[in-house]
Amino acid sequence: MNAVITIDQLTRSFQETTAVDQLSLEVRGGEIFGFLGHNGAGKTTTVRLLNGVIEPTSGSMRVLGFDPQVDGPKLRARTGVLTETPSMDERLTAWDNLSIYADLYGVPGADVRQRINELLAEFDLADRAQEKVGGYSKGMKQRLALARALLHKPELLFLDEATSGLDPIAAHHVNDLIERMARRENRTVFMCTHNLVEAQKLCDRVAVLEHGRLVALGTPAELTRQYVRRLDVEIEVAEEQVPTALGVLRSLPGLVLGEPAQPNGALVVTINRHESIPEVLASLVQNHVRVYRLAPQEANLEQVYFTLHEEEEGVQ
Amino acid sequence: MNWRAIFAIIRKDLKVVSQNKGVMLPIIIAPLVLFVILPWLVTLAPSLVNIGGISANDLDKVQGLINRMPAGFQQEIAGYESNQIFVVFFLVYMLAPFFLIIPLMVSSIIAADSFAGEKERKTMEALLYTPTTDRELFVAKLLSGWLAAIVVALVGFVLYVVTANAAGWSQMHRIFFPNTTWLVMIFWVVPALPGLGLGVMVLVSARAQGFQDAYQMGSLVVLPVMLLVFGQISGVMYFSVTLVFLLGVVIWLLDGLLISLGSRCFRRGRLLGA
Repeated sequence: MNAVITIDQLTRSFQETTAVDQLSLEVRGGEIFGFLGHNGAGKTTTVRLLNGVIEPTSGSMRVLGFDPQVDGPKLRARTGVLTETPSMDERLTAWDNLSIYADLYGVPGADVRQRINELLAEFDLADRAQEKVGGYSKGMKQRLALARALLHKPELLFLDEATSGLDPIAAHHVNDLIERMARRENRTVFMCTHNLVEAQKLCDRVAVLEHGRLVALGTPAELTRQYVRRLDVEIEVAEEQVPTALGVLRSLPGLVLGEPAQPNGALVVTINRHESIPEVLASLVQNHVRVYRLAPQEANLEQVYFTLHEEEEGVQ
Repeated sequence: MNWRAIFAIIRKDLKVVSQNKGVMLPIIIAPLVLFVILPWLVTLAPSLVNIGGISANDLDKVQGLINRMPAGFQQEIAGYESNQIFVVFFLVYMLAPFFLIIPLMVSSIIAADSFAGEKERKTMEALLYTPTTDRELFVAKLLSGWLAAIVVALVGFVLYVVTANAAGWSQMHRIFFPNTTWLVMIFWVVPALPGLGLGVMVLVSARAQGFQDAYQMGSLVVLPVMLLVFGQISGVMYFSVTLVFLLGVVIWLLDGLLISLGSRCFRRGRLLGA
């Protein structure tokens, strides 16, 4: 797939602080790309740079074939941005907010009414279109902001902490909308988040940012394989063979970390990495232990993130 | 220039301002007090002598003040009776510089709300992600303040024309207002004045944290107009047609300077404090 975003050695400094530091990556067309990092890691600054809102200190970037610094207006006509705060005019109605932005995004005059009605219906806001946004819940404001970002049918959508501050149900609703809209319309989504569960569920690939620097890039599965160094595995063996199994597992100090436990009948061992599973299984089988079930606990981005964070803190 | 986008921003700014009581109250109250209530009080003052605490001695003091006025004004009131002089002195002469405060005040309030207020409400960022150019954004923000200031000033002027003639009718027995000086002021100086407020506000908006902050920083622009007010009241200067025309020239030149300076340092990133 073609790259829709190409970033090369991008740096942006604010006086003493370097918000984005030598960032290089590519985002492919049609993917949901997660941009992970703690608050202040440089995610929002990157979105601003990629849309030509602020200028880089050094480095280069191409977004949808444009240089954001040179062709900012042309580029922004083809991108949509959902900012961290909904950024809606709360004294205006939902309809007014959308119709003003339809003009700003150049939605053809004859299509404005229909497009707004479609989006309000899609985002479940049609009944309250004539109410001032100030009276909306945070979830409704976020949905309206997402509708606004989609008014002009952008090819590339930037979501900056789209579900930040939302309750679980509202967050789930917004995530569903994002996924449906991205998959159905084959839209590229650049999603800044520090919600790792959300990123794991939605993103095709993720980049992890620490203090403005890229520290990891890949699919969630690749990253967990690469970075998770502790993996809990549940092993079910014949009851009378548990002591034998424990003995075998204790004899594998390089692979099995700590003492195996037996919380609910099954044995739970922590192994050093995913690739050790066949060796552990082989050792049990060679010692005539009948293994009924071996289930590695799914490693997740949260573990990846904390591993990377600990490494970075160690470096600092 | 994308005029559809420019008008969308103007429409947005004016709609938001019209919903904000804190911004609308001074915009409505100040012209109402200056150009409706005050003229009636002034023209009623002679009839309140010895009733409402105004003594004949007070009126003598006003007469003394009028006698010290510049020759231009003395020529203007030649042939008038003392009650008529009183009306012309206050309604035509004294209130003229006050009128200049209105467009300046309105443009400053709207610009403070439009730039710093929008930043404070966190609505600016969404606007910056639209395809508008920096120039279109700058022009739209200027025009919303400029148009509003001129509309308020013109409405205020029409109200004042009606009020002044109605209030002064019992003394003047004819339509005596506006005179040529006022017409030059309204159609030459007043359209230039919002540029001062807007130009200053553009320059201070990047540093201001919110509406109040920006308005306080920008309100210093009223000071030169206050000097004109005191100059006129004290008789140091006289708002003749020539002086008002020259005043307009100076203000238009300052507008050009401030706006060209503002446009040069206007970058969308600065509006985010970046």
